[in-house]
Amino acid sequence: MNRRKQNRLIIIAAAGVVLSMAAGLSLYAMNDKIVFFKSPSDIANEGLEPGVRVRIGGLVKDGTWERDGTSHLFVVTDTAKDLTVRYNGIMPDLFREGQGVVLDGSESMDGNFVADTVLAKHDENYIPAEVAAALKAQGHWQEDGKTYGDKTYGDKTYGDKTYGDKTFGEKSATP
Amino acid sequence: MTDNLLQNLMIVELGHFALVLALMAAFLQMLVPMVGAARGDMRLMSTAGPLSSVQLVLVAASFIALTLAYVGSDFSVRNVWENSHTLKPLIYKMSGVWGNHEGSLLLWVLILALFGASIPMFGRHLPSRLKANVIGVQGSISFAFLLFILLSSNPFLRLNPAPMEGQDLNPLLQDIGLAIHPPLLYLGYVGFSVTFAFAVAALIEGRVDSAWARWVRPWALAAWLFLTLGISMGSYWAYYELGWGGWWFWDPVENASLMPWILGTALLHSAIVVEKRNTLKVWTILLAILTFSLSLLGTFIVRSGVLTSVHSFATDPTRGVFILVILCVFIGGSLTLFAVRANAVQSGGIFAPVSREGGLVLNNLFLSAAAATVFIGTLYPLFYEALTGGKISVGPPFFNLTVLPLCLPLLLAMPFGPFLTWKRADIKGVAQRLYAVAAIAVAIALIGSIMSGHRNIWSMIALGLGVWLVLGALSETAFRVRWQWSNPAPSLRRLVHLPRASWGAMLGHLGVGVMVLGIGGAGLRTEIIKDMRAGDSVEVAGYNLTFKKIVKEAGANYTQDVAVFEASRNGAMIAEIRPAKRVYPARQMPTTEAGIHTIGVSQLYLSLGEVRSDGLIVARLYHQPFILLIWIGTLIMAFGGVLSLADRRLRVGAPKAAISKMPDAVPAE
Repeated sequence: MNRRKQNRLIIIAAAGVVLSMAAGLSLYAMNDKIVFFKSPSDIANEGLEPGVRVRIGGLVKDGTWERDGTSHLFVVTDTAKDLTVRYNGIMPDLFREGQGVVLDGSESMDGNFVADTVLAKHDENYIPAEVAAALKAQGHWQEDGKTYGDKTYGDKTYGDKTYGDKTFGEKSATP
Repeated sequence: MTDNLLQNLMIVELGHFALVLALMAAFLQMLVPMVGAARGDMRLMSTAGPLSSVQLVLVAASFIALTLAYVGSDFSVRNVWENSHTLKPLIYKMSGVWGNHEGSLLLWVLILALFGASIPMFGRHLPSRLKANVIGVQGSISFAFLLFILLSSNPFLRLNPAPMEGQDLNPLLQDIGLAIHPPLLYLGYVGFSVTFAFAVAALIEGRVDSAWARWVRPWALAAWLFLTLGISMGSYWAYYELGWGGWWFWDPVENASLMPWILGTALLHSAIVVEKRNTLKVWTILLAILTFSLSLLGTFIVRSGVLTSVHSFATDPTRGVFILVILCVFIGGSLTLFAVRANAVQSGGIFAPVSREGGLVLNNLFLSAAAATVFIGTLYPLFYEALTGGKISVGPPFFNLTVLPLCLPLLLAMPFGPFLTWKRADIKGVAQRLYAVAAIAVAIALIGSIMSGHRNIWSMIALGLGVWLVLGALSETAFRVRWQWSNPAPSLRRLVHLPRASWGAMLGHLGVGVMVLGIGGAGLRTEIIKDMRAGDSVEVAGYNLTFKKIVKEAGANYTQDVAVFEASRNGAMIAEIRPAKRVYPARQMPTTEAGIHTIGVSQLYLSLGEVRSDGLIVARLYHQPFILLIWIGTLIMAFGGVLSLADRRLRVGAPKAAISKMPDAVPAE
């Protein structure tokens, strides 16, 4: 019986070591590797320390997207405040002016926001939660009676847009 | 035409009706056998098998009805209208059935019913009480999800008037990947419901023994191998479809499938201890419960869209609440049962810390810790938002920093495991057998580092580890058959007669090694982003890639701009690579199709950023050395699982005695 207890103690000790290793790593990584979400207004109001990574959500402001090969310059807005963003790379297929976008990046020394990741979502009906939150904070959230990202049958997609005029009308013309 | 319509009407209504009947069958399946088990009433218990078959037939009928509605483009069904299109190729019409929320849940329940009905089919020798309880628990899960489908996610709802044309499926999902990935993944997720049901049944009876483990292990193995294939397939799909050239993104939905996989792997190993040594029983029960809980959590994360992920298509949060309730009932209920009844389970044999058992405990510790960190990282944004209202994101840096250090000792220790003997092992003796392997691994890592110009230290660590794992697994088998180069014939004979389970274990470990090699190779990739005009060339890792021209093409339901590239090496042309930009008119949505050329296990991977009307393209060009080894490794692991499953000793529900008594019996399949 004593042996059993001793063995159990060793197992518990090993478990303690491994679990505290996991906990320690997690805590350390949480301090260091977690990215906070900010809206353009947050950044305008609170400022941003150069080099600290943040995630930004908002709409790409109409008429602001300038590009030259792989370098891009555009303005992200939550309708109250704007933020100018630089990005070097390939834009996702669904990046468009007037659409929601989520950016990861940090402020560079010259005061511009430099994104290293641009996420535009795969579904045209979908607005990223972060963008919705940023817009909500500015009180720009009532659309079509229902929430934007929601693919509700009665209110939005079926009722007015797609079925009513676009898909139905066009497609019935083609055999 | 009207006849056809009438037929369609009937089929969809019948499908809907079958689903309602399935709910009732599930209700009976949940109650009757378990009541019978509690009362010791054989008649009630014997309903378990037939009820589970009835349930399967009904759910299958309902699923077939929906599939027919898709194939026949019946847009009076809202679900079909939202996700299909007459011009869509047939295969995508069919796979489109589960390319959406409602349909994928129906697939989930179909697979659940399939597992439910297979338990009595494969388990003729199960004690009737255990069988009744297991099938009853399965019935309760079916009941919950069928109720969910009928109340909030019914795929059979109608539209009136019926539209003429559908909205088409999200183009990213119009891929052979969608036909394969979700069914495999669900076979894995849902497969763990069987081990869960066995665990709950064991708790109800308060009895766990090696026979129990022998019945459970094949199910765990089957679920694990499907999940392995499902995750691997999903990873490859994301790799070629998203055009980002990466193979794993630590996306919440990927993590959701990884967590049950990690714990399922732990379960697979701890169940061996229960079977062979009749110990670690309480822990194994807990693992079985937690593994399926994580499967449910995964379903919740994917289906509720609470976490921002590449898989977040339009989702409906109210549905999330329903799944959350199901989650709480099953996880809360089973853990409560565990807390109350775990004491009733007798603890078994003792073992020294250094022993096969000890090694498997260590394996379980590291795997559980890894699962826990993935869990924390994945759900922390949710907790943080609930507590502070602030939003954060936890990305790859977090997981790389936490999970990789936990994997490192696990992978280092892995080759030792199979060498250890039960009860008490001689660690020095084992180490001596592995000295040579360790030396070779270190040497190869050093040579690789020099040859690659010390580009990436992590890749070299992965190279060394991969070699260590592969050779470690091989050398264990070599020792097991007492391999002699001087006299290979008897060794070969022993090798052929090695139990399939041993082959399975060896291949499982070897597969991990191959995968690690691939991960290391992926770290050495070359990436170039460049704007190019026709005639421009780029040099990528010794390959010359020339952009020739843009070709416009039309597919069944899309048009595409194909950029034609020529790849050559040392002046010799190797291949034409054709990355493309597609537009699906039904959704007005562009997608990127990567152009891939495979050279051995390496790939040239081209993806288009932008195609401008003036002929300029922005291209992303990768050379991905050894990257295919990642998926080849997982295939080897899964194949190991298949071999283990085919082992006679583990033949589901057929104990040794029964086999020897009736050698000509029809195999359990």
